[in-house]
Amino acid sequence: MAGLDLLSDQGYRVDGRRAGELRKIQARMGVFAQADGSAYIEQGNTKALAVVYGPHEIRGSRARALPDRALVNCQYSSATFSTGERKRRPHGDRKSCEMGLQLRQTFEAAILTQLHPRSQIDIYVQVLQADGGTYAACVNAATLAVLDAGIPMRDFVCACSAGFVDGTALADLSHVEEAAGGPQLALALLPASGQIALLEMDARLHEDHLERVLEAAARAARDVHTLLDHVVRQHVCEASLLLGD
Amino acid sequence: MLKSKTFLKKTRAGGVMKIVREHYLRDDIGCGATGCAACGRAHEGPALELQPQDPASSLCPRPHYLLPDTNVLLHQIDVLEDPAIRNVIVLQTVLQEVRNRSAPVYKRIRDVTNNHEKHFYTFTNEHHRETYVEQEQGENANDRNDRAIRVAAKWYNEHLKKMSAENQLEVIFITNDRKNKEKAIEEGIPAFTCEEYIKSLTANPELIDRLACLSEEGNEIESGKVIFSEHLPLSKLQQGIKSGTYLQGTFRASRENYLEATVWVHGDAEENKEIILQGLKNLNRAIHEDIVAVELFPKSQWVAPSSVVLHDEGQDEDDVEKEEERETILKTAVNEKMLKPTGRVVGIIKRNWRPYCGMLSKSDIKESRRHLFTPADKRIPRIRIETRQASALEGRRIIVAIDGWPRNSRYPNGHFVKNLGDAGDKETETEVLLLEHDVPHQPFSQAVLSFLPKMPWSITEKDMKYREDLRHLCVCSVDPPGCTDIDDALHCRELENGNLEVGVHIADVSHFIRPGNALDQESARRGTTVYLCEKRIDMVPELLSSNLCSLRCNVDRLAFSCIWEMSHNAEILKTRFTKSVINSKASLTYAEAQMRIDSATINDDTTTSLRGLNKLAKILKKQRIEKGALTLSSPEVRFHMDSETHDPIDLQTKELRETNSMVEEFMLLANISVAKKIHEEFSEHALLRKHPAPPPSNYEILVKAAKSKNLEIRTDTAKSLADSLDQAESPTFPYLNTLLRILATRCMMQAVYFCSGMDNDFHHYGLASPIYTHFTSPIRRYADVIVHRLLAVAIGADSTYPELTDKHKLADLCKNLNFRHKMAQYAQRASVAFHTQLFFKSKGIVSEEGYILFVRKNAIVVLIPKYGLEGTVFFEEKDKPKPWLVYDDEIPSLKIEDTVFHIFDKVKVRIMLDSSNLQHQKIRMSLVEPQIPGISTDISNMDINEPERKKKKLQK
Ligand SMILES: [Zn+2]
Repeated sequence: MAGLDLLSDQGYRVDGRRAGELRKIQARMGVFAQADGSAYIEQGNTKALAVVYGPHEIRGSRARALPDRALVNCQYSSATFSTGERKRRPHGDRKSCEMGLQLRQTFEAAILTQLHPRSQIDIYVQVLQADGGTYAACVNAATLAVLDAGIPMRDFVCACSAGFVDGTALADLSHVEEAAGGPQLALALLPASGQIALLEMDARLHEDHLERVLEAAARAARDVHTLLDHVVRQHVCEASLLLGD
Repeated sequence: MLKSKTFLKKTRAGGVMKIVREHYLRDDIGCGATGCAACGRAHEGPALELQPQDPASSLCPRPHYLLPDTNVLLHQIDVLEDPAIRNVIVLQTVLQEVRNRSAPVYKRIRDVTNNHEKHFYTFTNEHHRETYVEQEQGENANDRNDRAIRVAAKWYNEHLKKMSAENQLEVIFITNDRKNKEKAIEEGIPAFTCEEYIKSLTANPELIDRLACLSEEGNEIESGKVIFSEHLPLSKLQQGIKSGTYLQGTFRASRENYLEATVWVHGDAEENKEIILQGLKNLNRAIHEDIVAVELFPKSQWVAPSSVVLHDEGQDEDDVEKEEERETILKTAVNEKMLKPTGRVVGIIKRNWRPYCGMLSKSDIKESRRHLFTPADKRIPRIRIETRQASALEGRRIIVAIDGWPRNSRYPNGHFVKNLGDAGDKETETEVLLLEHDVPHQPFSQAVLSFLPKMPWSITEKDMKYREDLRHLCVCSVDPPGCTDIDDALHCRELENGNLEVGVHIADVSHFIRPGNALDQESARRGTTVYLCEKRIDMVPELLSSNLCSLRCNVDRLAFSCIWEMSHNAEILKTRFTKSVINSKASLTYAEAQMRIDSATINDDTTTSLRGLNKLAKILKKQRIEKGALTLSSPEVRFHMDSETHDPIDLQTKELRETNSMVEEFMLLANISVAKKIHEEFSEHALLRKHPAPPPSNYEILVKAAKSKNLEIRTDTAKSLADSLDQAESPTFPYLNTLLRILATRCMMQAVYFCSGMDNDFHHYGLASPIYTHFTSPIRRYADVIVHRLLAVAIGADSTYPELTDKHKLADLCKNLNFRHKMAQYAQRASVAFHTQLFFKSKGIVSEEGYILFVRKNAIVVLIPKYGLEGTVFFEEKDKPKPWLVYDDEIPSLKIEDTVFHIFDKVKVRIMLDSSNLQHQKIRMSLVEPQIPGISTDISNMDINEPERKKKKLQK
C-alpha cells in the first residue's frame, strides 16, 4: 500500500498529467556557434545538450573509413550534477557506452549516410539533468542538432518513452514513474513513414500489452514531432530574418 | 493535444537531497456537479447530484454538498458511511493525507467513492489551476494543507454560483478544528463541526450515536482530576529509543488480569525481551496490540507476574483510589528469582485500535447517556460511550470504536458503531466471531463486483489463444457432498505407448482475477475462504467461486492443467503444464467415486479413469510414506443440522475413504511439480510453502506419554517418527494409536508461505518433500492465485507485472496470507465451539467417556472422541476446599487425594453448558469416574436439566 499511486482513480499521474500526455517540452537550436550544429532540449526536468561536428574527414585510423557511407560516431555523457545523488561517473562507463551505441544505431537509420562516403559525423550528447526519459531527450536533442548542422536526414527522429501501470499505458515517464520498476519502453520513430529507428525495452511485458504501450509511445513520439517541427520552423524564420538584414 | 491546455509548472524542493518534481496545473478538471455548464464535459465515474436529496438539516436548509477535512474523514468515517450522508466532495489533499495516516480508512473511503449511490466525488484540487496553493515561508505542511482545503471550499462555493438560479448550491466545510473553522467563516465559507452538522439532521437522530467523541486537547486538563501521566511526543520517544532510555515493543494486555500487561520488546536483544507492566498508571492508557515505548524501572522495583485473576467490574468511574488498593493485592511477596523486568508506558508509537465487539453494561443512573461497554475480548479495557438507546442495546452484541483516552478519564472514550443483534443468537454470534478474528466478511463492494465477467459468459476466441482444448478428455471431479466450489478435477488414460497420462485440472481463477484491480486486492486481503459450521465466507464473489471457476460437470470451464506421463509404477516420465478448457463428465462425491471403483459392473470411461487414478495413488502414497511423510490425525467434527431450526442435532467425526486419499495424493503431486517449476523459473520470487521440523523439545510430552504406556516413539527424523507411530499399537487399547497421533499433531510447527528469495530452508517436514507450494485450490486460497500467475508466466501463457517479481512485496503478501490462514483456523474452531455449546444446550447435561490428553498442575485436559470435544477438568474451584494435589512433571502425572492421573487414562466426565456469563458461555467438564470423594460429581442428581430438551420436542 505504501508508496505513490502512479495513476489515481481519477486518471491523473503523480505530476498531474493524464496517461497520454507529454511533459512540457522546450527546445532551442544553434546554441553553440563553434559547432556545426547544436541544440538544447528540456523535457520536463530532463535537460540535454547535443553538439554535431561533420561530416568531416575520418579522425584517427583511416581504416575505420567506410567506402559507401559516412561513419556515425555518438558519444553520451551525463553531468555529475544531473541526478538527485551526485555521483562521479567515469567517462566511458558501461551505461554511457550502451547509450552511445543506441544513439548511433538510431541515427545511422535516419541520416542519409550514403551521401558522405569515407567521412565521419560526430554527435555528442550530454545530459545535464536526468528526470526520466534520458534516451528520448538525447535523441530529440540530437535530431535538432543534426538538422542544425544541415546534414540530410530521411526524416526527423523523434523519441519517447512509455510505461504500463494498472492496465494503462503511460507516455513519457518521469523519474518517479521509472523508479517504480514497471516495464518501460523507449521508442525512436521516423514519424512520416512510421518506421521504427530503435525500440528498447527492459522488464518483461506480455505481448498482448506490448501493442498498447507501443501505440502510446508512437503517439507521444508524433506529438514530440509536432513540437520539434515547430521549433525548427521558428529557428529557420529567425535565421532567415537575420540573413535578410 | 499539449497545446490546448495551459500548463503551469511548479517545483517542490526540500531535504538534503534535492528532489525536484514537476507539478502540472490544469484547467480541465471538473467540479463533479452533474450538469455544471462551466465544466461542461461528462464526468467519469460517480458525480455529485444536481439536486441533492440531502436529509433535512436545520442548520443548512438549502441544498448543499459537504466538504470534510482530513480529520473528519479519518475519525468520522462511521458516520460518513451511513446511507443518509451523500454528496460529499473528497479533496485530493484530504485523500492523500488519509492515505498516509490510515490504510484501512483510505480503503473504506475508496469503497464509498465507488458506490454510485453515495455520490462521493474526488476533486483533484492539487492539480487544478485555481485551487493549488504553494507552501508559504514559515508555514508547516499541515497548515498549508488546511489552507489548500479552505481554498478549494471557497472555489467550490464561487464556482457553483455560476449554476442556474433554480440549482443554487452551497458547499459546507466540515471541520472539527476550531481555528480552521473560524478562519473558514472569516473567508466566507459556510463551516460547521461534524457534530453540529450531524445534530442538525433532525430526521436522522440515530447518527448522533455514531459520532466519534473527540475531546479537544485543551479542555482535557480543566475538567476532572488527571489520572495518567502525559504521553511523550513521538520525536522524544524516538530519541529515547535511539539512546536506549526507552524500549519499543508491542503491548499485550493480560486476559486474566486487567491491571497487568507485558510488552514484547522489538529487536533481537536477549535481555529484557519481555517487560511486565502492573497497575493502571503504568499501563498508562495503552491498549492491547498498540506499539508503545516503555521505560524500565530500577531492579529494586521489579515485580513478578501475579497469578491473580482480576476482572474489571467496577461501575463507578472516578473511584481511582479503590484501584490503587486493588493494585497492592498484586504485589505479593515472592522469591527474588521470579522477578521480571518491570516498567511503565511513557508514550504510544502507534495505536492499533479496531472496532470491538462486546456488550453494553448499562449505567445504574437513570436517564444517563453515558454507559460502559465491555468488549468480548478480555484484553481490551471497558469503553465509555454516549448513547440514547441504551435500553434497546441491552443484551445485544454491539460494535464500538475507540476515539481517544484523555488523561483525566479512567476509561477510553468511544462511540457506538453497530448493533449486531441478540447475544446468543446464532447469526449474531457468527458475526461476532468473524469480527473478533478479523475475518473480512462484508459483502463484496461495487468496485470489486465491477471486475466480474459480464453474464452470460462464454469462452471466446481470445480466451483460447494460449489454451489447449482438452474437452475430449474424460475428466471428473471428486469432492465432499454439497461442494459447490470445485477447484480440481482429474483424468487418467492409457497412451498408445502403454504409459498412463494423468491430468490434474485446476480452476483457472487467475484468468478472471487480473493483477492489481479491486477484485484482486480484495481477494488478496481476504487471503482464504473461511468455512464455518454452516456458513462459508468466500474469498472471491460467488459468481466465480460457485459458477464460472467451479469445475462443474457438463459445462466448458477454463482450467490450468498439470499433465504427467507416468509408467504403471507411478514413475513420472514427463511433466507439462498448460492452460486448458475442460468439460468435466461427472461431479462425484467421495462415496460415489468409491462405489464406482468397487462395483464390478460399472465399466464406463469415468470409472476406468478413476480406477487408474486409484491404483497410481496407492503407489504414490506408499512411496511418500517410505520417504517419511507423516499421517497425523485430529478429530474433525461435523455437525448434522436440523433442517428447520438449523440447530445442531448430532455430531459426527469425518469418515475417510480411499478416494479421499486418492484425490489428496494427486493434489500433493501437482503442488510439488508446480513448486519445482516455479522455483526453477523464478529462484528469487517463487511463492512456496514450508513446514519446519519442530525442535526436539516439542516432542518431549509425546515421548513421555508413550513411555508411560511402555511404547517407544523415536523423533530423530520424520521417517523414524512415522515408523514408530505405526508400530505403537496396543491390542487392549485400539484408540491409543489415534491418541498418539493427535498428540504428535500438537508437537508440530505451523506450515507457512514464504518467498523463495527471502529464505533458504524450503523443506516440508510433514510431507517429507524438499519443496512444496499451493496450486490446487485457487478458488479458496489466494496463495494459489499467485502460484498460478507465476506458473502462467513461466510457460508464457500470461503476462507478468511488477509486484509479481518483487520479493519484498511477495514477502509482505505471505505475511498477510499466513495471518489470515491462522485467523481462519481460529474462527473455524470458535465456530465449532459455539455450535458445540448450542448442541449441549439442547442436549442438557450428559456424561461421556474420554481420554486424558494432557495433565496440568491443577487440571486434566480430556478428549471425548464421540464429540471430538476437548475440555479441561479443573480441580480447584472457587468457594470449595482445595484438594490435595501432587504434580509430577517427569511422568507426567497428577495425584489428587489418592487417585493418580496419567496421560491417556480413560475417565468419565460430565459435560454441561455454563451460561452464567452471557458474553462468555463455555462448556464445563467435571469428573464422574474415577470417583474421588468431594471432587467428582455424583451422577444421581444429573438429570435436572434434561426436561428442557423434551420441551423443545413438544413445541415442534
Ligand atoms: Zn463545475
